[in-house]
Amino acid sequence: MRRDLLNSILAIVVFTVMLGLAYPLLTTGVAQVLWPNKADGSQVERDGEVVGSRLIGQDFQRPVLDENGRPREDEEGNPVLEADPGYFQSRPSVTGYSANVTFFNNLGPNNRGLSNMFRENLATYLERERRFSPGLQASDVPPDAVQTTASGVDPHISEANARIQARRVADERGIPLERVLELVDDNTDGRALGVLGEPGVNVLELNMAVDRESRRQG
Amino acid sequence: MTAQGWLQIAVYLAVLTALTPLLGGYMARVYRGERVLLTPVFGPVERLTYRLLRVNPYAQQDWKSYARTALVFSVLFWVVLYVILRTQGIHPFNPEDFDSGTWDVSFNTVSSFISNTNWQYYGGETTMSYFSQMAGLAVQNFVSAAVGMAVLAAVIRGFASRGAAELGNFWQDLTRTLLYILLPLSFVGALILVSQGVVQTLAGSVAYQTVQGFDQTLALGPAASQIAIKQLGTNGGGFFNVNSAFPFENATALSNFVELLFILLIPAALTATFGRMVGNRRQGWALYAAMAAVLVVGIAVAYGAEQNGSPAQKNAEVATASADGTTGGNLEGKEQRFGIASSALWATATTAASNGSVNSAHDSYTGAGGAGPLVNMMTGEVIFGGVGSGLYGMLLFVLLAVFIAGLMVGRTPEYLGKKIEAREVKLTLIGTLYTALAVLVTTALAIATKWGAPSIFNGGPQGFSETLYAYTSQGNNNGSAFAGYTGYVQPNAPGNAGAFGITFADLLGGVTMLFARFVPMLAALAVAGSLATKRVAPLGAGTFRTDTPTFVFLLIFVIVIVAALTFFPALLLGPIVQALTDQLF
Repeated sequence: MRRDLLNSILAIVVFTVMLGLAYPLLTTGVAQVLWPNKADGSQVERDGEVVGSRLIGQDFQRPVLDENGRPREDEEGNPVLEADPGYFQSRPSVTGYSANVTFFNNLGPNNRGLSNMFRENLATYLERERRFSPGLQASDVPPDAVQTTASGVDPHISEANARIQARRVADERGIPLERVLELVDDNTDGRALGVLGEPGVNVLELNMAVDRESRRQG
Repeated sequence: MTAQGWLQIAVYLAVLTALTPLLGGYMARVYRGERVLLTPVFGPVERLTYRLLRVNPYAQQDWKSYARTALVFSVLFWVVLYVILRTQGIHPFNPEDFDSGTWDVSFNTVSSFISNTNWQYYGGETTMSYFSQMAGLAVQNFVSAAVGMAVLAAVIRGFASRGAAELGNFWQDLTRTLLYILLPLSFVGALILVSQGVVQTLAGSVAYQTVQGFDQTLALGPAASQIAIKQLGTNGGGFFNVNSAFPFENATALSNFVELLFILLIPAALTATFGRMVGNRRQGWALYAAMAAVLVVGIAVAYGAEQNGSPAQKNAEVATASADGTTGGNLEGKEQRFGIASSALWATATTAASNGSVNSAHDSYTGAGGAGPLVNMMTGEVIFGGVGSGLYGMLLFVLLAVFIAGLMVGRTPEYLGKKIEAREVKLTLIGTLYTALAVLVTTALAIATKWGAPSIFNGGPQGFSETLYAYTSQGNNNGSAFAGYTGYVQPNAPGNAGAFGITFADLLGGVTMLFARFVPMLAALAVAGSLATKRVAPLGAGTFRTDTPTFVFLLIFVIVIVAALTFFPALLLGPIVQALTDQLF
């Protein structure tokens, strides 16, 4: 018993140093040499400044203006926001695309509140897109456009979702629809090795490409 | 369900099956103390470790001695980890200045990691410093896994023994498991993950303004090194709160595949290790076949249910059909890059193995889709199960099946030529029935008393399902959750000022996890100790073969019957009600 205690204390020290310090520090060192950008979170820059990570989605919203052209505020003094029609919209998120405080929505499959949230998201989506896609039906809207992401920061939307939104973005930006659809294809991450996972359109990269295209044309 | 989805599942199962004999054979050589591929690299480290630990790796231990060493080691490590978490505030590598953990949540977390459960009431990126993650939790990811595998090696030696009472040396098994199996696989895995975009840095978080000028902050950290071992060691505790749903923990479909493979890799390969060590590979394949058959059924149920969509979705007239450019199905709480098939496959694999990491929100799964993972855990985590613990749990079920077969034909039951007598059967029953009973008692306690109520998030039957899932998961050392269920309240304040634990949930869960770990472990060691000294009877015409499809079927039957008899009423009250109705609550 005493022998076991001594061995155990020594083992705890040795294994903590080996597995808790040497292993992660060695891995960090090698990773930082081989893939420094990826190890640091795949940060994306615009004009030399970090504006995001290609793996982390973000909101593309703009302030709602009141009749005097000033940003409208709610009761708590926060600006009221709406989806910016000139950009592709990411999936609904319960964390507001927080990349440092993450949690699941966690509402169950028979939850009335969840169902109401889907209904609202669907109505908002249809209202936003129907002007540009006349005759768009609820059954045409893919579920990723209405249901929340697991991580709260899903960087992708489905291709079907992107194709619907492309009409709006093309119209708002004055870019030909074919060109916008090309950009969608360019910024689609396909299945890994051709079989694994599902294809997804990277919203941040796509929107930055749309911005560049706008500038080129404007 | 789509052909594409099934193709992914088929590729996964094919790769897993192909790797089983390769890694299994390698591990058998490791546990026989033979030279392996990595001996030139790690041999000197191995000898140095024995010197530093002051152990004689060749001193043989009987089952009692082996069990005592494993217990003393685990208890001491429990104390050390508790102290680390409670004094987090004074340690280095804490760029976000997080406070030390509260006593009740720390009790739960420490019990969770020592028992290889990794149930998470705490939020990774919002409560744990890099030091706690690396030197505390990640060390346990390795060590608790290695303890399970070492004990399994000892148990197998008992089954294979030709009369000697000795089961090996705990320190040798532990050290060789860490150096030759877990460490190299983790290192390679971690680098593959970084190449896909999983973060690995000691720098603090990065704040910036997004394209539209909003504030966003990236939580970073040495994640990849910890994720590799949490997948490999059936631990499952994430670096980030939403676990492997978070892109910095699981960046692409390829990283997802590697993490998925790591979930079942060692538990599957250990069946082949067993076959080799008892000198009959077919015995190993028989166990693999029983596990794989139950797994495939689980995958089909979960995938079908999730593809079909949820009542909340159908009520809101959200499309569920798969079409060009969309998977359809229930994408609530799932990531686009994984889709339905890879999420359902993960949910099944992670609950079959006692891993418990998630790449989607299980709480938002449909009634039937959520019941799949729940039933997986209710089988006592023997369908692959935890590394080591899954297979020694499965061996107890094998003895039970052999015993029942013996009763049916009226012969003394035998396994691998050894007679299974009253003592072994009693120990087997303790080992197989203890966890099931513990789950029922703790769930009942949490539901029937007012103390359990503050933890529940959803109303209606989902609230019951959450509670059942929580105690099934902790009571089987799994660690996955219907994450609405909580034992920790964390206001959004700097350094976690004002955070507190829900003491009842933390303590009941913590105690449940510890007993779920050590009761079956001791039962399995005791059985092995008792079998070790028995004479091996030669194979005869009347021998009941345990490497045939008939036996595989019987084994599955016994496992399913035990789980069904124990849990069917509880399942009726939660998931089955939800699966049968489109009503909202």
